[in-house]
Amino acid sequence: MCLAIPGQILSISGDDPLTRTGRVSFGGIVKEVNLAYVPEAKVGDYVIVHVGFAISIVDEKEAQEVFEYLRQMEELGELQEQAT
Amino acid sequence: MRFIEEYRDPESAKRLAEAIHKTVTRPWTIMEICGGQTHAIMKFGIDELLPPQITLLHGPGCPVCVTPVELIDKAVELASRPEVIFCSFGDMLRVPGTSKDLLSVKAEGGDVRIVYSPLDALQLAIKNPDRQVVFFAVGFETTAPANAMAVYQAKQKGVQNFSILVSHVLVPPAIEAILRSPTCRVQGFLAAGHVCTVMGYTEYEPIAQRYHVPIVVTGFEPLDILQGVYMCVRQLEEGRAEVENQYVRSVRREGNRPAQELIREVFEVVPRKWRGIGEIPQSGLGLREPYQQFDAERRFALSTGSVEEASECISGLVLQGVKKPPECPAFGTRCTPEHPLGATMVSSEGACAAYFKYRRGVQAAR
Ligand code: SF4
Repeated sequence: MCLAIPGQILSISGDDPLTRTGRVSFGGIVKEVNLAYVPEAKVGDYVIVHVGFAISIVDEKEAQEVFEYLRQMEELGELQEQAT
Repeated sequence: MRFIEEYRDPESAKRLAEAIHKTVTRPWTIMEICGGQTHAIMKFGIDELLPPQITLLHGPGCPVCVTPVELIDKAVELASRPEVIFCSFGDMLRVPGTSKDLLSVKAEGGDVRIVYSPLDALQLAIKNPDRQVVFFAVGFETTAPANAMAVYQAKQKGVQNFSILVSHVLVPPAIEAILRSPTCRVQGFLAAGHVCTVMGYTEYEPIAQRYHVPIVVTGFEPLDILQGVYMCVRQLEEGRAEVENQYVRSVRREGNRPAQELIREVFEVVPRKWRGIGEIPQSGLGLREPYQQFDAERRFALSTGSVEEASECISGLVLQGVKKPPECPAFGTRCTPEHPLGATMVSSEGACAAYFKYRRGVQAAR
């Protein structure tokens, strides 16, 4: 039920902050999404969408974190092996 | 799809699993709170990648599963009224009430509609001024901003024929209830990434401290879950008990402020009964005074009674991580997704349904 998926904002319409909506593409499937909770979202941003509402903007830099983490772990792993 | 596929990369998953194998020195029991995570763990076989010392327990984080029978009965009662258009998310339709579910009401001619968003239900009310539109507002903190917005807009627009049947529950009180139980085996938690996207994770910090239990805010893709487990295991091995955030691409410590403001405007914290668990104080949301005209229970003066659960179903123990679904004698025989005895078999995020779908026949009660 808490399923929420990332999609990219194609366009934004409306000036009322409560009903500002975006057309959001989920891998090609486009849906109308309420943007009231992501006031700083702009066209091109990826947002996490749950039951018709964007609840966050995907942080593109942080999104690389897990891969960065893997790389660091690998380096640590190397260090451990050299130490033994 | 971007931000989904890359987190399913099998190579990276293998490397994370290796890192977990290297880190673990003794047995640990970790609970994932959210049913969405349970589903992903079963679907991608994540538990099978983990070293045998790690046991994953499945938590109560499926709103469909914890909605009490009384509320299903109320939904059935409302949906049966000729003047009502009853709107719900699809997964509530097959949850068994005392005598029937919403799907049978629909089959008998009740106007039951599946909607994607509570705003769709509000639109239906505006388009059908001569009918009463009731939305079944079920969910955790993730769904609360959407339901709050529907009620807020209904009030602003003066929509008289819209109301919600509220069954809103909160995650932190459930974690505390699990930790306080004398049968608790959980040593670390994966907290639900989308709940925390809305609420942030400051509420979890005192819990981690008080019960000395690590809590890692975790996403829903295989790499997220593996990294969450890794971070949790590291804390356990090092004797730390902190709140860490794995799902940084969506979760900020303070959460989504505008969403929290609207939740607080419309809802207040109230005690709630959880199916299979019982009443937990301060564990849910109810409408605040200025919005109570939109409370379906008030508008329709529904009977309040408490109902006994089917005795055979052990979903309460499953939801608290005490038992695993295959330990239930009815699992896969008298209880299947076609003929569910309990809600954990209905929802695709329920632990029983996830085991049934992905592990039938496999000896899964590890
Ligand atoms: S298998 Fe069915 S009866 Fe057994 S705990 Fe799960 S939902 Fe209840």
